[in-house]
Amino acid sequence: MEKRKIFGYRRENGTVGVRNHVLILPVDDISNAACEAVANNIKGTLAIPHSYGRLQFGEDLDLFFRTMIGTGSNPNVAAVVVIGIEEGWTKKIVDGIAKTGKPVKGFSIERKGDIKTIAEASWAAKEFVQWATELQRTECDLSELYISVKCGESDTTSGLSACPTVGNVVDKHCALGGTASFGETTEMTGAEHVVAAKAANEEVRKQFMAAFDDYANLVFTQKKDDLSESQPTKGNIAGGLSTIEEKAFGNVEKLGKKTQFVGCLQPAEAPSGPGFWYMDTSSAAAEAVTLWAASGAVIHLFPTGQGNVIGNPIEPVIKLSGNPRTVVEMAEHIDVDVSKILQGEMTLDEAGDLLIDCIVHTANGRVTAAEALGHREFVMTKLYRSA
Amino acid sequence: MNHFLVHEASDNVGVAVVDIAAGTNINGRDLHNNAPLTSRAEEAIPLGHKFALKDFAVGDDVIKYGNVIGKIVQPVKAGHWVHVHNLKTKRWA
Repeated sequence: MEKRKIFGYRRENGTVGVRNHVLILPVDDISNAACEAVANNIKGTLAIPHSYGRLQFGEDLDLFFRTMIGTGSNPNVAAVVVIGIEEGWTKKIVDGIAKTGKPVKGFSIERKGDIKTIAEASWAAKEFVQWATELQRTECDLSELYISVKCGESDTTSGLSACPTVGNVVDKHCALGGTASFGETTEMTGAEHVVAAKAANEEVRKQFMAAFDDYANLVFTQKKDDLSESQPTKGNIAGGLSTIEEKAFGNVEKLGKKTQFVGCLQPAEAPSGPGFWYMDTSSAAAEAVTLWAASGAVIHLFPTGQGNVIGNPIEPVIKLSGNPRTVVEMAEHIDVDVSKILQGEMTLDEAGDLLIDCIVHTANGRVTAAEALGHREFVMTKLYRSA
Repeated sequence: MNHFLVHEASDNVGVAVVDIAAGTNINGRDLHNNAPLTSRAEEAIPLGHKFALKDFAVGDDVIKYGNVIGKIVQPVKAGHWVHVHNLKTKRWA
């Protein structure tokens, strides 16, 4: 495949982003109101309210900080205003984001109240947004982009068309030195041996199987039935998928035909180099994409069969479908139509190139369907109850 | 026109890629080697749904992608619809 160029934002630490957000990031649920007020005051900024950040502990707290710091550190983000109820955890997140070299300021509400905090944070937000809107896109290699992949509301057409189209792009992107990541641990069930065989070496294979077995054990200890009400979903079943194994084999078509994966990531952990990486994620779309955005991914490829409508506040989600009914009935949600594959009128290689064209256009600034429709699902993964 | 596709030669179910009416002689393709296939749908098979390429007895494995995707829990004749009413997971049962 030829090397393609894109026009992106080269960040202070050398990474390349395709969006230029100024985030107003709440440390905790009770700081959402102040963040939303600042975003309302200062146009061109984006608040991302969420439900957590209080009394978390242990591994769950580590994941919380990784997600918050990672979200602010994502190359699609130019600058960040952080607001928390108290200054300790606020500072921890500010310091974490500051390691990227991008502008970041923190504000805490205790001893001051919402109104004064909103006023102070609004001044900082205004300064950041005026600075950020002066930044120019510069020419970068497409292979510098870190791309994540995950499907949703899959049906049997996903495994026949949209998922192998993503696999074709993974093969092409990684062959040129690009970085990509896949996950959805439970949705490997039945096909885990196919995934394990794609590990670059025995250590990576063992790490993948350990993560898989751990998640499988969670399902077995928590389940009350055969999960036929949840996995496959009602939408999957309406689309013809009957079992988790069938769904898994369609899912793993996204992994490509040639690419091996070079390592295993914790949820929201950034890859330490180029290549294809497994991340231990849930299979729920918004939770998983939020984790990839926090790991630094700048574009997400999302095959859908029945028409999942998910988006993310900072990582553009490109949707493709091979279901000839979905591309008509859900047309406003679909960026790339690969339904001709089913009739043999389009090859996977052609579909892959069509998807790469869409990645280039999106990277250059064209908004995706999910962005145009205002989908900004930001859903943190919570490992267990707070203390 | 393709009525159905099959992922691998060893698969014992096909996938409808159009809505198929009951009692239709149908054309398909094996995606692995691009070979043309023919079959007959004895039941209506909606787009995206599977049908049996052989007679199944209770306990038989269903093969798709060349791999086991579950087991048959109600007998199914060739040409009939295969879905959650007669096919169950072998993993989370």
